[in-house]
Amino acid sequence: MASNIVEARGATKDFGTVQAVKGVDLTIAAGELFGLIGHNGAGKSTLFKMMLGLITITSGDILLDGEKVNGPRFRETRRKIGYLPENVVLYDNLTGIETLYFFADLKAVPRKDCPALLEKVGLSHAASRRVREYSKGMRQRLGFAQALLGTPRLLFLDEPTTGLDPGAIRDFYRILRELRDEGVTMVLTSHILAEIQERVDRLAIMEGGLIRATGTVQDLREGMNLPLTLEIAGGAGLAEQVTRVLQGIAIESIEEAGSILHIRLSRDSKMPALARLATLGDTMRDLHVREPSLEDVFFGYRN
Amino acid sequence: MLSIDFRQIGIIAGKEFWDRIRNRWVLAVAVVFTVFALVIAYFGAAQQGAVGFRSIDVTIASLVSLVIYLIPLIALILGFDAIVGERERGSLDLLLTLPITRKELILGKYAGLAGALAFSTIAGFGAVGLILSPQLNLNALFHYAGFMGSAILLGFAFLSIAVMLSVFAADRTRASGLAIGTWFFFVLVFDLLLLGALVVTAGDYGGAIFPYLLLANPADVFRVLNVFSLDEVRTLYGLATVFPEALSNPATLGGVMLAWIVGPLAVAIWRFER
Repeated sequence: MASNIVEARGATKDFGTVQAVKGVDLTIAAGELFGLIGHNGAGKSTLFKMMLGLITITSGDILLDGEKVNGPRFRETRRKIGYLPENVVLYDNLTGIETLYFFADLKAVPRKDCPALLEKVGLSHAASRRVREYSKGMRQRLGFAQALLGTPRLLFLDEPTTGLDPGAIRDFYRILRELRDEGVTMVLTSHILAEIQERVDRLAIMEGGLIRATGTVQDLREGMNLPLTLEIAGGAGLAEQVTRVLQGIAIESIEEAGSILHIRLSRDSKMPALARLATLGDTMRDLHVREPSLEDVFFGYRN
Repeated sequence: MLSIDFRQIGIIAGKEFWDRIRNRWVLAVAVVFTVFALVIAYFGAAQQGAVGFRSIDVTIASLVSLVIYLIPLIALILGFDAIVGERERGSLDLLLTLPITRKELILGKYAGLAGALAFSTIAGFGAVGLILSPQLNLNALFHYAGFMGSAILLGFAFLSIAVMLSVFAADRTRASGLAIGTWFFFVLVFDLLLLGALVVTAGDYGGAIFPYLLLANPADVFRVLNVFSLDEVRTLYGLATVFPEALSNPATLGGVMLAWIVGPLAVAIWRFER
C-alpha cells in the first residue's frame, strides 16, 4: 500500500474556457481523516469528482493508492473505494436490505455482510421497508452503509451529515473514529465548519479552484496569525484595572458586553497579557481564551 | 480498452428487469397488448360489415397497424430515463465509482429493459396466439410467430433510440420531450413526408430510391417485413407492388432492423464514455 493513499499532482480541470480546478497538489496519508472545505463554486466538488474518476482530468495526475482510478486496474482500485454522494436518492422501490444487496453484488461483496452494515448505521429495524418510506436521515444512513460495503480502504464522503439530527451526527462521527482506528482513510467535505474542525486530522481550504491552505486546524490558525479573544468576567471597575495592567501590550480592541470584557489581541501578545492579568487576583472571576474559529480562518483565507 | 465483465451487466439487467416485474409494468403492458389484439382480431373487419376472426393474414395486417403505434411509444417511455433518471437522482455518480464500466452500465440497462419489453410482448401476443390457435394451421402459427418476433425487434430498436436519447438529454423533462418527438417523427410524420415528396415530384425524380428511404425508419421496416410475409395482404398494399424484390428479403430487412438496434446503442455508449 502506498503511504500516500491520495496523491494529486497539478490536477487541473477545464470546462470550456472556465478553469474549475487549477493545478491542485494534494497528498493524503493512509489512515487520515481529511476535510475539504470551500464555499459553493470553490471547486471542491469538481476535485472530489476528479479524485473519484467521475470526470476526466484535463492535465495532471491523481493517484489512489498508487493507481489511476480509471487505469487498467480500475476494478481493483474501485473495490478499495467507498463513496457517499451528496443528497443521494437511492432506489425508492427497493427495501433497505435490497438496496445493499444490489450494491454488494456490483462490488462482489457477499450478501451475508449486508445485515451487519445496516446494524452498524442503525437501520436494522427498517431493513425490509421500502426506501420510499425512509426519512432523509435514514436515506443518508443507508447511503453510508452502502459506502462501507466491502471494507473500503478509502472513503469519500460528500457533505455526509446533511439531514442528520445531532444524535445521528454524533453516531456518524463515532463510526468514522472506529474506521480510522481500523486504518481507513476518509476524505469528507462539509460546509458546517464548526462540526468538522473538532473532528478531522487535517483539512484543506479550497477557493477559486486552488487549495489555499492545508494543515491541522491549529496549523491554519497559526499560519493565518488571526487575533484571538480573551473573555474576562469580573466585578465593578474591571475594565479600568484590566486596561491599566495591560499597558504597553499591543491590544487590538477592548469591548465590554454586559459583565464580560472581550479583548482582541495577537497570538504573540497572549502569554505576556495572561501573565499581567494573573496579578489582578480576585477582581477577575473567570477567564476564557477563545481561539479563532475555522470560520475566521476560512474567511481569512478568502479575503 | 477495458474488458467487459458480463456479471456486472447481468446484475444491472437483473435489477431493471425485476423492477419492471415488481411494479407490474410488464403485466400492464401485456394486458394492453392482449386486449387490443383480441379486439382487433374479432372486430378488425367490422368496416367490411363482419365481426369475428377471419384469416390470420388479415388479423396480422391489423395487428401490424396497432403495433406500429403502440410498441415504439411503449419502448420510448420505457427507456427514456434509463441514464438521465439515474443522473437526476444522483445515483449515477455512485454507480460510476463502483467496479463497473460505463459500457457495462448501458448494456445492462438495455438488456434488462429489453428483457421486460420482450417478456410483455411474448406474454401479451402469446396469449392471443393461444386463444386463436384452434383456428390456425401450422403455416399461420409460423406467420404469427414471425409477427411476434418482428414486434420484439421493433421494440428493441425504439428502446435503443430511447437509451441514446437518455444519454444525450440534460434532464428527464427534455428526455421525455425528445422521446415523444421521436415517436411523432417516426410513427406519424415520416411516412407523410415521404408521400408528400413523392406527390410533389410526381415520382419523376428518384422514385427508385423511395423504397430505400423506408429503411431509414424502423417502424416502416417492421411494416414491410410483415406485409411481405403475407401473400393475402401483399396485394392489399399498393406499395407492395412497387417494392423492389431485393429489399423484400426478410433476412435483409432483419439485418436493417438489427442495425437499428445496434446503431443507436453504439452511439449511446460512445457518447456516455466521453
